[in-house]
Amino acid sequence: MKQNKRGPQDAGKTLKRLIKQITGPYKLRFVIVLICIVISAIAGVAGSLFLQTLIDDYITPLLVAANPQFGGLLRAICGMGVIYLIGIVATLIYNLLMVVISQGVLKHIRDEMFNHMQSLPIRYFDTHTHGDIMSHYTNDTDTLRQMISQSIPQMVSSVITVVAVFFAMISIDIYLTILVLLMLGVFLWVTKKVGGNSAKYFVRQQVSLGKMNGYIEEMIHGQKVVKVFCHEKAAKTDFDKYNEELCFDATQANKFANILMPIMANLGHLQYVLIAIVGGILAINGIGGLTLGAIATFLQLSRSFTMPVSQLSQQVNAIVMALAGAERIFKLMDEQPEQDNGYVTLVNAKYQNGRLVETPEHTGIWAWKHPHGDGSITYTRLTGDVRFYDVDFGYTENKIVLHNVTLYAAPGEKVAFVGATGAGKTTITNLINRFYDIADGKIRYDDININKIRKSDLRRSLGIVLQDTNLFSGTVMENIRYGKLHATEEEVYKAAKLANADDFIRRLPDGYQTQLTGDGGSLSQGQRQLLAIARAAVADPPVMILDEATSSIDTRTESIVQRGMDGLMKGRTVFVIAHRLSTVRNSDVIMVLELGHIIERGNHNKLIAEKGKYYQLYTGAFELE
Amino acid sequence: MIKRLLKSVGEYKRDSILSPIFVTLEVVMEVVIPILMAVLIDNGINKGNMNTIYKMGIILIAFALISLLFGALSGKFAASASAGYAKNLRRDMYYNVQNFSFANIDKFSTSSIVTRLTTDVANVQNAYQMIIRIAVRCPTMLIFALCMAFGVNARLSLIFLAVIPILAVGLILIATKAHPIFVRVFQTYDKLNNVVQENLRGIRVVKSYVREDYEKQKFGKISGEIFRDFSLAEKILAFNSPLMQFSMYATILFISWIGAKLIVGSSMTTGQLMSMISYASQILMSLMMLSMVFVMIIISRASAERIVEILEEESDLHNPEKPIHQVKDGSIVFENVNFSYAKDINKLCLKDIDIQIRSGETIGIIGGTGSAKTSLVQMIPRLYDATTGRILVGGIDVRQYDIESLRNEVAMVLQKNVLFSGTIKENLRWGKADATDEEIIKVCKLAQADDFIQSFPDKYDTYIEQGGSNVSGGQKQRLCIARALLKKPKILILDDSTSAVDTKTDSLIRRAFREEIPETTKIIIAQRISSIEDADKIIIMENGKICGFGSPEELLKTNHIYQEVYYSQKRGGEEDETK
Repeated sequence: MKQNKRGPQDAGKTLKRLIKQITGPYKLRFVIVLICIVISAIAGVAGSLFLQTLIDDYITPLLVAANPQFGGLLRAICGMGVIYLIGIVATLIYNLLMVVISQGVLKHIRDEMFNHMQSLPIRYFDTHTHGDIMSHYTNDTDTLRQMISQSIPQMVSSVITVVAVFFAMISIDIYLTILVLLMLGVFLWVTKKVGGNSAKYFVRQQVSLGKMNGYIEEMIHGQKVVKVFCHEKAAKTDFDKYNEELCFDATQANKFANILMPIMANLGHLQYVLIAIVGGILAINGIGGLTLGAIATFLQLSRSFTMPVSQLSQQVNAIVMALAGAERIFKLMDEQPEQDNGYVTLVNAKYQNGRLVETPEHTGIWAWKHPHGDGSITYTRLTGDVRFYDVDFGYTENKIVLHNVTLYAAPGEKVAFVGATGAGKTTITNLINRFYDIADGKIRYDDININKIRKSDLRRSLGIVLQDTNLFSGTVMENIRYGKLHATEEEVYKAAKLANADDFIRRLPDGYQTQLTGDGGSLSQGQRQLLAIARAAVADPPVMILDEATSSIDTRTESIVQRGMDGLMKGRTVFVIAHRLSTVRNSDVIMVLELGHIIERGNHNKLIAEKGKYYQLYTGAFELE
Repeated sequence: MIKRLLKSVGEYKRDSILSPIFVTLEVVMEVVIPILMAVLIDNGINKGNMNTIYKMGIILIAFALISLLFGALSGKFAASASAGYAKNLRRDMYYNVQNFSFANIDKFSTSSIVTRLTTDVANVQNAYQMIIRIAVRCPTMLIFALCMAFGVNARLSLIFLAVIPILAVGLILIATKAHPIFVRVFQTYDKLNNVVQENLRGIRVVKSYVREDYEKQKFGKISGEIFRDFSLAEKILAFNSPLMQFSMYATILFISWIGAKLIVGSSMTTGQLMSMISYASQILMSLMMLSMVFVMIIISRASAERIVEILEEESDLHNPEKPIHQVKDGSIVFENVNFSYAKDINKLCLKDIDIQIRSGETIGIIGGTGSAKTSLVQMIPRLYDATTGRILVGGIDVRQYDIESLRNEVAMVLQKNVLFSGTIKENLRWGKADATDEEIIKVCKLAQADDFIQSFPDKYDTYIEQGGSNVSGGQKQRLCIARALLKKPKILILDDSTSAVDTKTDSLIRRAFREEIPETTKIIIAQRISSIEDADKIIIMENGKICGFGSPEELLKTNHIYQEVYYSQKRGGEEDETK
């Protein structure tokens, strides 16, 4: 939202790229549109010129004719009718085609933008607010739509009309044309003055609207806190300030915009009068052979000249806005996608004569397919052996959050990370699934450098349940199935039972078919975590990462869930991150992290015996007994 | 509905009335001008009479200037009236939201309140400006111009009687056909935005499960729907301008043909012919604008309805007639309390609650997910009213207190807590607006927040981003506790407020409570047994009922739920290892 007001940095380049988007798939249709616009504009101009013919060639001679014959006039009118008809048909054709083009281009841009977004690294989402990204899909696309479907055809039409009318005017009378050009200068000056003021305040209005919206969003979001602290009065005072500001800017912006119209219309009248007077003088004095019909026509033409010019100048604003939007959209599309040079893939496998071979059907056995430089292929069974060797990592280059981390997780082991917030627990898991790439050191998965594994295959082999549970709009069933898209209902029920979620799901109004909206807002935090666990369970991955996955679940339920998970994960590797020591106590290895260093490692009994940090933490809970 | 909406016009009534008046005057001028022009052409140019040309020219210029003045004034008043109206609407809504009880807030979701205050108000503002300006202008223009046209030449004007109905029917047909599709398009747009938003929020889930393609499909499907519907609606609208052109051109040709005959027959002048064409364009244009206004108003109707819903929502909690401002002490009594969010006896979420808590006691509450722990404590500061039964604080029914006095004495740290953008100090001062720096530091030490605050470069002036995104979960919780402590409440309620704080800090906080604020009644909801095992008494909740209330020692002996939780957290590990 914030960046919305900036103009485009390189309007020319953006425009070129945008036009390419339009002309690429719709070249022929776009050419037809242009031709139709030309026809339609010319028909309009011809209409204005017709008045002269009507008056000079028909009415005036007929007036003096003793025996007026209307046959010629009728023919002329019919001819004009045909021209008009062609104009109307052309208008209809270009309007219809423009719909196809603009909607098609927009759909293409929208889809491409979203598809590209899916390929971006997590880092991108860390560094851009959701609001800003969202506005590409809403505001920016919207201004683009207006530009393509309205501004562009209108501009083309205006330009053509202006040019055609200009030549028509010159053909009638050069002096009057000069007069019109002078008036045009006045028109443009006024448009610039008033329109510029209006634009200035519209920008300000957008800014204060943004501030206002931000304030409302924050306060309404924290409305319950406002109530608890009886903060209503202060909240009202602050609100009034933003509201007044917005009202002032909105009034100014609309005022100038509203005034522009009457000014234009009446300047038009003024011009009309001036032309009539000057034209009258010229005609009466016989300068330039001006006829009555010519003046009448000229008057009509002058209108079709100044109107499109002032329209054009107003369109410029819209186009600048749209180009700025387009530029932001293109910037998103140009973001570097996630790099993936992995070539080791995950395949179904089976043992044949004691050797591991690839097989298309699901066997429950997975293998890493590792092609080598010499063309040979080796298969390594997926077991879930994860090793870190001297790993350093920082989210930004100058701030290292993990130092020299070395760890081994043998297949089937349950490895826990314990430590204060910010110690680097979550960071470790972010490195295993390559949300981020390490700065130094090596991570090996089943003895394969994880940089060689294709990211999608790597991630498919890992099940992750995150601290912040994200659910999607859809039924409970669909949400669990997110873990395995083709899971049968039985599989879903089984996973839900395992996660101890089956009970509460069945008590929901529509059971498994209950619609969740707004990130599952109607569920409690604990229930959402249970669903997230069920979602991971149905995916049935060889390696599981539980990042504070049970933090909002009461300990009784947690222990039930844990028993279920332990059953599921028997023989597989599990990484657990938790605050609650009771959650991690039965792990095979517990790593205690502090400021990015592993300071202790061992099982519960060993760490207790060492009487180090873990011991302190653990007994800290007992301290007050 | 309209009555309620008009109430918010308030001090902008004058501008709202002046605007249509000036619009009407402007229209009168605009309609008269073509007549004068006809005179100018017929008597001046045609007859070669320079005097008439000058005279009429000056009159015309004067008229144009007056018309300009009227137009500008109407534009100005329309702008100030509509912007002011929007301001009042927003204010009235926002003020009313401030009066909402928790139940009211639950009823509307946060995002829906925000949309109503922003987008919906903007829609109504635009519609309002249209109504007091364009919606007045078009019909008056239509009528005046039609009258004038008949005045100039009645026979010729009959063409309008034929063209106007054709155009009107055509425009209405287009509008009514396209409108429902547009409504559908906007709904689909909401869906699209929702998909993007969920995708952004859950991008880690998407990537973890390698569901990028699935998300693309989901997006593509909705994007395709928008493409289809939008194209259809716009294709219908594409007939608008050809229809308009057709009516216009047909009228011009007709006027030319008949007009020429009339002029030849000396019953009309060339100037009149020109003004007829002017009127034709005025009439048809205003008809076109009218149909646009029509559509705009229909679109904004839904917004208006959503606004009125907020304006008419009445808080279901009221201050008593003679409120009590003093809370004697921190004792709490629940007497036969039943509670239902839906206020429906058959859908009770709390049943038969009877508890007595003495002032200064520390009470722990535990219970499974969804056992109504939060609902129980929210009734103490009267965030919700009991459906039946009553709650006494300091020996007096909470419904007899002045709500603000009660809430100042009963501080609650909410489960889903929020920090606001601003410095740490500003955030803490929510608890007490005029708190000194010493007071602030003192409560932060109590809440074990001083250490980490001091470690920030800007210390207490550190700027907290919206939603507290630049502090960790545990730090946020401690700041929220400090904020509540600043109130110096008689009762302090912590609703799972230390879940992200490590056990050691947690115990330090509790020790500080015990030593520094012994006379305050403390109610602590927690998942961790260690957070509550040093409480004076513990309440055990299950499915909306109290199934245990007593000292930890007692409960450990008698209550099987407590035993189970206790052992699962304290010894469960050893059991696992020995099996």
